[in-house]
Amino acid sequence: MPEITYLEAIRQALWQEMKRDERVFLLGEDIGRYGGAFGLTHGMLDEFGEERVLETPISEATIVATAIGAALLGMRPVAELMFMDFVLLSLDQLANQAAKMHFMFGGRATVPMVVRMPGGSGSGAASQHSQSLESVLMQFPGLIVVNPSTPYDAKGLMLSAIRNPNPVCFVEHKVLYKTKGEVPEGDYTIPIGVAEIKRPGRDITVVANNVMVMKTLNVAEKLSKEGIEVEVIDPRTLLPLDTEAILKSVARTGRLLVVHEACQTGGWAGEVIASVVGSPVFDYIDAPVRRLAGKDIPIPYNRGLEKSAIPQEADIEQEIRALVEGRI
Amino acid sequence: MSKGQEKDIGSREQFEERVKQLGLSDDTLIGVYRTMCTVRHFEYMADKLYAAGKVHGTMHLSAGQEAVAAGISMAVCPDDYLINHHRGHGHFIAKGADINLMMAEFLGKDTGYNHGRGGSMHIADFQSNNLGANGIVGGGIPQAVGVGLALKMQKRKEICVCIFGDGAANEGVFHEAMNMVALWKLPVLYVCENNKYGMSMDVERASAKLPLAQRADAYGIPWACVDGNDVVEVYDAMKTAVEHIRSGNGPYFVEAITYRYFGHSKSDRNLYRPKEEIEDWKQNRDPIMRFTKHLLQSEILDEGQAQEIDAQAEQVIVKAVEFAEASPEPDVSTLMEYVYA
Repeated sequence: MPEITYLEAIRQALWQEMKRDERVFLLGEDIGRYGGAFGLTHGMLDEFGEERVLETPISEATIVATAIGAALLGMRPVAELMFMDFVLLSLDQLANQAAKMHFMFGGRATVPMVVRMPGGSGSGAASQHSQSLESVLMQFPGLIVVNPSTPYDAKGLMLSAIRNPNPVCFVEHKVLYKTKGEVPEGDYTIPIGVAEIKRPGRDITVVANNVMVMKTLNVAEKLSKEGIEVEVIDPRTLLPLDTEAILKSVARTGRLLVVHEACQTGGWAGEVIASVVGSPVFDYIDAPVRRLAGKDIPIPYNRGLEKSAIPQEADIEQEIRALVEGRI
Repeated sequence: MSKGQEKDIGSREQFEERVKQLGLSDDTLIGVYRTMCTVRHFEYMADKLYAAGKVHGTMHLSAGQEAVAAGISMAVCPDDYLINHHRGHGHFIAKGADINLMMAEFLGKDTGYNHGRGGSMHIADFQSNNLGANGIVGGGIPQAVGVGLALKMQKRKEICVCIFGDGAANEGVFHEAMNMVALWKLPVLYVCENNKYGMSMDVERASAKLPLAQRADAYGIPWACVDGNDVVEVYDAMKTAVEHIRSGNGPYFVEAITYRYFGHSKSDRNLYRPKEEIEDWKQNRDPIMRFTKHLLQSEILDEGQAQEIDAQAEQVIVKAVEFAEASPEPDVSTLMEYVYA
């Protein structure tokens, strides 16, 4: 199976789906001649032309609204927001409009659209270009929030997202763009709302998303050599969240740690923990349930400060050891 | 404010020459009269139902603004798309919505257009290309860009009519959307229904330069500003606009100056405008009164016929209330329907 990057996997999904379904089109800032701020849509303008790779003015609210209007008429728009931070400029259209339409109109409207948005820190982009806002987006019933951590998942989830009849926020991570993995060349989908056990283990369940999956897997590999077996679960979709898969895992391991880059306060780790603590699985738990999240601060510019603002592998390792060894 | 003078409706000859030029038949004119009467009765009935404690939520009534909705509907085709604002009852009725289903939705019933999930502010009928009213001021304006874009991509002949109020013209998305719709020459008719107040805020206190329609100049969009209480004048402008758009020339902007009789919503005590002003519009510039005078003067209808049509329109509303009141509430067990995430 060919190895390609996370960025190439998303491009491949878009490319193949545009070939397969003429209703699919892209819109966003600098996605044409420039090829996208991160180069994700490179080459697509030449292949599909200006009508299907639609370069827009810097008007994030209307980019999303345009996707909504076109989706209502049966098109399958995929909008790009250059940085996830800019979703806040279009939040009325996403949260008050797209998310509500199917329900508010009594099931008579569907809004099949995808909004791509790269989030996360690690690129020195500072406070307004580094946020992880996925927990914010989970507060709007009607918005599907997808958050792949591997090239394989990115392609399969993108194909599912475009084919889904409802609005999907497709949250990417800038640091993952260059990571590589095996990706089938053909067509395949990964179901929305289904978590995956990225590594099985008996001692502790760690639920992590996007870049934290990679970090946790590295830690798990290291700890395995010492006989600590970590089960790593990637929800892949944050809304709807596959709580069942998490509960099953925790029932086996008896321990839970949730790791995310998003700020701790109001972050989705709290949601996972609440669903575990409030369930019969709580009886199987041998240690405090913990979360390790981004600090409640804006992301700073300086490299050292930036790293310290979010969980690093050493932090994850320390937490796991403390929980497994019963020191907390 | 002093009591104004009755608006001069012009001579019989002027009116007849005008409708002849516009190609409007007597049947069309009578149909428009019926539509306006229906809207008026719907709104007064809504107010009555609210006063009787039968309405759970809020409502935004368009009595006084009937000529705008009716004038638009005369100029567009039934398949054209509609995106409108929270004060939308009149637009739906003029577009041919099922009044029973509207009234049922207004009363929150399961038989309503949205199965009781939307209420007055969110009525939509996707089968007739009515994409729904919007509770966020200006929220629909940028969505019309997407509808226009899809129509262009799908090489279709329909257009999108997007109606918003004077208040919405001061939202940021107004400018984003005007720019993009013009840039891409999309088949969108923007109608600014200027009823003089954004809730309590007078348009003259809220907008740096009037008329609002001249903002279209900044984007190279042709525009007109018309008397929104003269249904023939509204139609005339809409006809020009629709022809322009359907010929592939891109968007058009029409501002229609009108006035609402009721408050902004149910809680409004009208503290921000003098009673005399409201009375002046009601007594001297009412769109239905003015149009009725024309129809009588030109002997298109006589008094008896006009009253009969009005009574029939009232009956349609009475029947709709009967339908709605006899309809079941949505079952609480269906709460989670239409939820996917």
